[in-house]
Amino acid sequence: MADAVTSFGTYRHLVAAQVRGQLSYRSSFVLNCFGQMLAQCTDLVVILVLFSRVASLGGFGVRDVLLIYSLAGLSFGLADLVVGSIDQLPTFIRTGEFDVVLLRPLGTLAQLAASDFQLRRLGRVITALGVLGYVLSTSDLDWTVARVALLVVTPLAGMVIFSSIFVAASSVCFWFIDSRELANTVTYGGSYFTSYPITVFTGWLRTFLAYVVPGAFVAYYPALVLIGRADPLGAPTWLCSVSPVVALLSALGAATVWRRAVRHYRGTGS
Amino acid sequence: MIEATELSRSFRVTRKSGRRLRRIREEVVAVRSVSFTVEAGEAVGYIGPNGAGKSTTIKMLTGILVPTSGRVRVCGLDPSRQRIDLARRIGVVFGQRSQLWWDLPLAESFQLLRHIYRTPPSDHAERLEECTELLGLKGFLTTPVRQLSLGQRMRGEVTAALLHAPELLVLDEPTIGLDLESKQRLREFLAELNTRRRTTLVLTTHALDDIERLCRRMLVIDRGRVLADGPLERLRVEVGLERTLVVDLERPTAPLRGLAGVVEVRTETDGRRQRLSFQADRTTAAALITAVARQAPIHDVSVVEPEIDDVVRRLYARGPTTAEHPGRFDAPNDVLRAP
Repeated sequence: MADAVTSFGTYRHLVAAQVRGQLSYRSSFVLNCFGQMLAQCTDLVVILVLFSRVASLGGFGVRDVLLIYSLAGLSFGLADLVVGSIDQLPTFIRTGEFDVVLLRPLGTLAQLAASDFQLRRLGRVITALGVLGYVLSTSDLDWTVARVALLVVTPLAGMVIFSSIFVAASSVCFWFIDSRELANTVTYGGSYFTSYPITVFTGWLRTFLAYVVPGAFVAYYPALVLIGRADPLGAPTWLCSVSPVVALLSALGAATVWRRAVRHYRGTGS
Repeated sequence: MIEATELSRSFRVTRKSGRRLRRIREEVVAVRSVSFTVEAGEAVGYIGPNGAGKSTTIKMLTGILVPTSGRVRVCGLDPSRQRIDLARRIGVVFGQRSQLWWDLPLAESFQLLRHIYRTPPSDHAERLEECTELLGLKGFLTTPVRQLSLGQRMRGEVTAALLHAPELLVLDEPTIGLDLESKQRLREFLAELNTRRRTTLVLTTHALDDIERLCRRMLVIDRGRVLADGPLERLRVEVGLERTLVVDLERPTAPLRGLAGVVEVRTETDGRRQRLSFQADRTTAAALITAVARQAPIHDVSVVEPEIDDVVRRLYARGPTTAEHPGRFDAPNDVLRAP
């Protein structure tokens, strides 16, 4: 634990140094940040267009869908901010820079997460927060302590789940260097999936993206609890509020996969 | 400091076979049962051609790769299991790979390393000042790393590897691509580090003059095996290359004859200067000088050692020794003796 704390301290310094570097090119930073905000908006536009034609999507109204969308966007944005630079992993492996990572007295994952920290990724978070703020401020929800707590915990748990997905999916690169596209299907695909009620999807796709990639726990189930609705698919109530547990399990799973992948790289696993 | 016993590493590679899309899996042995020890304070040159297994060995010593078999201890630690502990005690410089942050000024990279290694600020400052002075970093400490010349960057890399006061410094091709002056400066710095700070040095290189200037001991590897291990002077003798005694005589003389151990005599300027190639195991320079003095008055003498390139070329030509423990430093008799 003490080790994790000191590692975090070092992570902070690494990140701070890069942020200083990025802020020194102010206008390019602002533009990049704006680009990220727009990227997050495209999904928003899709949802609004859909609702200009239909009254409900998978049994949910526009406000509910926007709640799910913003919680998912916030989770994804935060995860992207914290561990997003892990998508540089194939380059690290190809150029041998990963060897340098192994030569430093720090965990490999923390180093990689800090290797290409991009503050512009905050753009997604800003958009999502804006939409969330709008939806909540115009709703007539009763703000109990439990609801507020849920609202704080949900994006954090979602961030952990997405981070785990990022890490686990990127680990595949240790076996197949050009697997970034494969990783993207579960990361960006997962982001798309979590922005909608899972009732929109059917069959194996729903099962896979909701439970294997635990996408349903990022925004859908917590949103159901927030608005006080039962799952139309009949999931028990307790299942809807276990996102933090799912997050913890995902993190453990991702850590195991990562450790195994690094071991493979160093040669015992093969 | 380093103890390697029967260290081996093989890689599995898949390659396409001729027909269709069938692929064949193959084991390629990069390092084959290599044993050697390095004591604290030594400076060892680890040399061999491309693909000889140098980098693979270095990677096993530093904990990047796990050996396929065999045992290795560095600073008393198992590199693959205690990677992080070991990382605090050794410094590594890769000539072809940067450990600095591309977009940050050199000084800022050094500050980050202080946090990564958790070096006490006063120790850090002291070592940084020493390196800045000895390696002449002052002029470019605030320049982003990507704008540095190769020579400047290399000096930065070496500093980066030393700020946490490692007991062992491993350098993989440190002088590659450097101009003569930068090479010279780096070598002097490393030699000083080795003698004054007693930092153990292990360096792999193609440039044999690195070894000549820096390393009292050389370890030659080829195709994953140790070909030779020992001080350069001794390898010169044992490999059987002739040394040359150059004698300047008082007056022109006919080529000298009847000198024991001399294989070839070449004369210059009417025999005023004579080059006597002699086998070091059959006679000594001193004995030879005495013998020459009996035949003609000597004005001046000098001894020319065989070039290190020739020594290495001879070693390769000869292939691995058939001795039971090739390359064992403490068993001089079975190293390099022709069978």
